[in-house]
Amino acid sequence: MIRLRKLARAASLLTTPLAPEDILSLFNPVFSARQLRGVVTRVVPETADSATIFFRPGRGWQAHLAGQWARIGVELDGVRHWRSYSLSAPAGQDPAITVTDMGAVSGALVRGTKPGDVLFLAPPQGDFVLPEHPRPLLMLTAGSGITPVMSMIRTLVPHRPDSDVVLIHTARTAADAIFREELAELADQFPNFRVTHWFTGDRGRLDFASAADLDRLCPDWRQRAAYACGPEEFLNDTEALWEAEALDAPPAPAAQAATLTIERFTTSLAAGAGHDGGLVTFEASDREVEADGDTPLLDVGEDAGVLMPSGCRMGICHSCLIPLRAGHVRDLRTGEVHGEPGQLIQTCVSAAAGPVNLDL
Amino acid sequence: MTIISNKPDLSGVDTPADAAAASGSTANGSPADASPAKPGTAAKRRPGALAETGSPLLRPPAAAHLSDEQVAELGRELDAIKDDILAKRGSSDAAYIRRMIKIQRALEISGRAALLISKNKPAWIAGTTLLSFAKILENMELGHNILHGQWDWMRDPDIHSTTWEWDFVTPARSWQHTHNDLHHRWTNVVGKDNDVGYNLLRMDPQQEWKPFNLGNPLYNALLAPVFEWGIAIYDLELVDYQEGRKSKEALTKDLKALGRKALKQFTKDYAATPAVAMLTGSGKQALYGTLTANAVRNVWAHAVIFCGHFPEGTDTFTEEMVEGETRGDWYVRQMIGSANISGSKFMHLMTGNLSHQIEHHLFPDLPSNRYAEVAPKVQEICKRYGLPYTTGPLLKQVGSTWAKVFKLALPSKKA
Repeated sequence: MIRLRKLARAASLLTTPLAPEDILSLFNPVFSARQLRGVVTRVVPETADSATIFFRPGRGWQAHLAGQWARIGVELDGVRHWRSYSLSAPAGQDPAITVTDMGAVSGALVRGTKPGDVLFLAPPQGDFVLPEHPRPLLMLTAGSGITPVMSMIRTLVPHRPDSDVVLIHTARTAADAIFREELAELADQFPNFRVTHWFTGDRGRLDFASAADLDRLCPDWRQRAAYACGPEEFLNDTEALWEAEALDAPPAPAAQAATLTIERFTTSLAAGAGHDGGLVTFEASDREVEADGDTPLLDVGEDAGVLMPSGCRMGICHSCLIPLRAGHVRDLRTGEVHGEPGQLIQTCVSAAAGPVNLDL
Repeated sequence: MTIISNKPDLSGVDTPADAAAASGSTANGSPADASPAKPGTAAKRRPGALAETGSPLLRPPAAAHLSDEQVAELGRELDAIKDDILAKRGSSDAAYIRRMIKIQRALEISGRAALLISKNKPAWIAGTTLLSFAKILENMELGHNILHGQWDWMRDPDIHSTTWEWDFVTPARSWQHTHNDLHHRWTNVVGKDNDVGYNLLRMDPQQEWKPFNLGNPLYNALLAPVFEWGIAIYDLELVDYQEGRKSKEALTKDLKALGRKALKQFTKDYAATPAVAMLTGSGKQALYGTLTANAVRNVWAHAVIFCGHFPEGTDTFTEEMVEGETRGDWYVRQMIGSANISGSKFMHLMTGNLSHQIEHHLFPDLPSNRYAEVAPKVQEICKRYGLPYTTGPLLKQVGSTWAKVFKLALPSKKA
């Protein structure tokens, strides 16, 4: 490894200003000096609108823990878009994401991905992972919320006969239930795993207003460590039930307490109405300023005393680019509202459209 | 106990709100009618934002026949051309720049590989030729254009104006400042745009004649083969330092950056490549090969760049002409201050599409592969508004710039 690095440094004498990886990328697309990439190896359709995409990551990727997610960069019309997807493959195996078509990016991934395509990657992260010590588990999932939990089940059930896992998965119909056959097989094969599918199309929603439904499906749920993943409302209901139970229950030792771990899908801040402006936060400079929707962020920052890079102040020279952490901005030239975490913003022609966080 | 692990922006939120997409007009508020700001943020004059309406103190002679309203209309027409390309820009453009990068890298490694056995004469010729093409493509179609931010819209950190470094002695960041900001903003304004003569040549009759200028043709001939050094020294902004506009710290920092960059460039071309070639006994030949390739690239870049603003027919401007300049006037100045080169597709590629200098100056951050498509529309607008659109074949334009170099070596005749 060390010798390899020395070799790379020697080779870079010949390739400067490029890195040797930039030349190697002519032959293998996962090589890049700057960014982690993966090559799609296999695409497996799961349901009518979801698919699992297997990929071989380049150097810099780290093995994922069951339940973690990764940011995946996809190109639509030549433009890079980043989204986060849960890894559905078991820990210790080649990574795969299971994607459900819910919009432009996920739609393109589900319908347009072919083996050989290049995905841009960020290493796996997330705290929605299995407990450190063995405990009986209850998994509550809805729709595509099954993906991180599938990784946990695949990791745990076949390899740990002492595990005890109950999964309650809700989906609209049987045809919409991702991994339904594999889950049924696992339940047949391993007595330590029990699965209940709840189809809302037939039975209506699983009712979390009282503990009645849950008592029927999993009588000992109060003794289990629970994991929940699904849409916002599903999680809010689950959370409310667990909170209500915690008030009633006598205090229990931490190792047996009814814990609930939640993975949310969305935390997007709603953008302002476009002309509204909002609170601009300069993260590294630790300054916050209220800005209106017509003042360029460059002026906002300068007025607040932030050392803003700047150039032509008319949107042509790209000297003023700053990475966006969160929020949306409005292009003062076209009125277009845009913004994705990590995108570089031309501050001289962009105004706040709702709260904005800048990496400066 | 509830543990919440928040996973940001999963696919539920694919497209950001597009609230104001309906308004197609440019929203740049002019300083005069800045909307009342919320309490706490006082309305502020924006120094760089150009007004939609009004006129400069003095309109350049070539555009003196146009009314304020006509200039504003011309501005709107050019904005529409830009919007049209922005709407079309997409995966085919992304594929174009990636293909160019691949071609350039393939030329580069095959050229350098051939130089490793360049004791063999045909290998020397092939290697030097391939490397010259690689360097020209790298500087012009890739480096210049990527550093302009023409490909920033792809959001690819490998092809981005903030990360790209080029095979040229001047560090990319220094060049971006003097070129993208100063030259493109103040194009051909004598006293503001130092590209007029690069502080070395007298390229405009408004520049005061000194006996030093007698050497104009000699300096230009000496500059061409070492052009990259001319640019590197120019980017240090020594005149600004002498006149106190640039601090000593800033100069030291730039000098250090240049030193590091030059060392790497020299090591690659004049030490590492010949050293590896010595294994086949071709060390000396490889050194001559890289020296030749750099010189070829320098002479070519010098010729192309001088054709951008110096041929007969291009105008220069006074500071009066930019005082109060509107958006339309800015466009007019870019058009009448620049000159194109006509020729084949291959020639356009080898100039990095700087042969479409007029279009490049109007829209410096549109992808270069789109300039050819825009050119007929711009030419039509120039014709309709009675503005010059200077273009000609390479040799004619080079001849024209050299004629100017000779002519301005001598003092201007008093009128």
